[in-house]
Amino acid sequence: MSQCLLEASDLSMRFGGLLAVDQMALKVGKGEIVSMIGPNGAGKTTVFNCLTGFYKPTVGKILFQGQAVEKLPGFKIARLGVVRTFQNVRLFKAMTVLENLLVAQHRHLNTGLLAGLFKTPSFRKSEAQAMERAAYWLDKIGLTEFANREAGNLAYGQQRRLEIARCMVTDPQLLMLDEPAAGLNPNETWELDKLISDLRKNHGVSVLLIEHDMKLVMEISDRIYVINQGRPLASGTPEAVRNHPGVIKAYLGES
Amino acid sequence: MNSQSSTTLRWFPAFMATGALLLLAVLMLGVQLSTENTELVVYFAASERWNLILSGAVLVFLVQLFRNPISAFWQGAKKCNPLPQVQLPSLAGNKPLKPLLMSFAVAGLMVWPFFVSRGAVDLATLALIYVMLGLGLNVVVGLAGLLDLGYVGFYAVGAYSYALLSQYFGLDFWSCLLIGGVMAAFFGFILGFPVLRLRGDYLAIVTLGFGEIIRILLNNWTSITGGPNGISQIPKPTLFGLEFSRRAKEDGNVPFHEFFGIDYSSGYKVIFLYILALLLVLLTLYIINRLLRMPIGRAWEALREDDIACRSLGLNPTAIKLSAFTIGAAFAGFAGTFFAARQGFISPESFTFIESAIILAIVVLGGMGSQMGVILAAVIMTVLPEFAREFQEYRMLMFGLMMVLMMMWRPEGLMPIKRSHLKLKEHQSDKDDVSVNRQPIAESV
Repeated sequence: MSQCLLEASDLSMRFGGLLAVDQMALKVGKGEIVSMIGPNGAGKTTVFNCLTGFYKPTVGKILFQGQAVEKLPGFKIARLGVVRTFQNVRLFKAMTVLENLLVAQHRHLNTGLLAGLFKTPSFRKSEAQAMERAAYWLDKIGLTEFANREAGNLAYGQQRRLEIARCMVTDPQLLMLDEPAAGLNPNETWELDKLISDLRKNHGVSVLLIEHDMKLVMEISDRIYVINQGRPLASGTPEAVRNHPGVIKAYLGES
Repeated sequence: MNSQSSTTLRWFPAFMATGALLLLAVLMLGVQLSTENTELVVYFAASERWNLILSGAVLVFLVQLFRNPISAFWQGAKKCNPLPQVQLPSLAGNKPLKPLLMSFAVAGLMVWPFFVSRGAVDLATLALIYVMLGLGLNVVVGLAGLLDLGYVGFYAVGAYSYALLSQYFGLDFWSCLLIGGVMAAFFGFILGFPVLRLRGDYLAIVTLGFGEIIRILLNNWTSITGGPNGISQIPKPTLFGLEFSRRAKEDGNVPFHEFFGIDYSSGYKVIFLYILALLLVLLTLYIINRLLRMPIGRAWEALREDDIACRSLGLNPTAIKLSAFTIGAAFAGFAGTFFAARQGFISPESFTFIESAIILAIVVLGGMGSQMGVILAAVIMTVLPEFAREFQEYRMLMFGLMMVLMMMWRPEGLMPIKRSHLKLKEHQSDKDDVSVNRQPIAESV
């Protein structure tokens, strides 16, 4: 593992009497694809929510590029370069596909009130750049012809891809995908596989993945964390995890 | 149309069309029936008219006869046309007519007051004030999705800013227009800061309370605001120092009619106020239209759609909500200042909750987020009650009925918002593969 990008240690999240996450530790290196697997209700999404600032972890430390982020609000963590997708797609449904990609670039744009009212050259330039970037990603995920379609009217697989593109236009360091293959057909899953590999290779982004599709997980992950009932169960390379007796018992099942 | 039919001559349709033309033209243009004493007389038209009718008939005959070759020729010309077939819609929605129509509409609205009664112009001015308020609240409720039931509070802040500043410090309308807007925006900011962490119903209740607090404060702070008696004798706006009264109220000022050497008419003042209101509305429209195409406007809508997704993308929800609240309040401040100047008298009575409800109804009726819809609804809401004065007692009843019917019939409003279609870069299409390339990219639905 090369340089460490994200490091969580001793992470616990308690909801009243329920200990949803218990002493979870996690590392994502630069350029790595790391997966989290485990049965439903194991606490994977809770870990995600803690890492992205939607929950404040009860105990624990999260370092992103050496900076402690566990106390920061979600939007600030996102600005550092940690963006995520959601288990149930959260697009801006009434806005067009293109607008979805423009909104995501908000913090890179010239948001000055007067600059926008009078369309100053710098404002035009920043808008044009945003359009170009949006066009690039639309082309990449194959949605160029739907640019002005309302996002809510896209097919499910397209919505999934758009959500990933919307993360990518923010120029993230770490992309966190929460069950990106859920509801996709085998063909779309295969395309997703290619897309994620391409993102890492050509856009230098690290990926943290929650996924139930074992074929996808085993194929693209560098390392895998297995969580069961909020506790870390195993971790390591796909090969090691696949043969781990505890994992087979709790999650994979004997075949 | 295939190539064979393009060369055939259309003899039958040509004769039919010419016959029909002659029949109609002879009867309608060639002869005239008249009565002379008691007898019916037929007059025949002069010879040059007959020539015209005949040449018209020949023209129709020829055009009908050779229509196929002619249209084939035109289509051929079009095919040879070197202009590219791919058309990219412009940012304005591919309607070159739109700016022209807009300017005609504005010119019409500018000229209109000179030809109608004073009462009508006065009513139109009131309608324009509500248009302004509706547009402002539309930013908060329609675009940012924050339910604000105390919008009238900001309206009152604007109105009282002008009234008090002119009474105590003698400031004129134009500087107060700015100050009123800024004051209202400031109040919006102050209120928004603690309140915007609330959502939905809770936000509605707090803003409702704010509106009432402002009104009650104005009502009870008798030493400054005059309490329920209100403030009267608020000066009217001037046109570069020209007053619209019979005699100048301030020394050194010249009344408008004296300056131009025309007779005094109270109508000038009404028309002036109308045009001023119109200009303010146009300015508001321009600003809001720009805002919508700016990052901030897009962020408002995104926040209304999904604030969790917004946060996950690094947008600060509080700052965005606050900006919507502040900008919306500023427009209410402008409207309030103008209202005070137009009325010449304000009291807390003008800023009751029912006003907030009416403005909100305008936004909902017009279609959340839709500017044209809001304008239409504002006109309906102010003009209709004037026409239905007999039913005044039942006004609220009808109002409620209308809202219920609207919710059943068109819950999205009279003119729902239309998403603007943005053009992607032209060279971008060259990079796509060829099959997609020939399609106009940004044209859909």
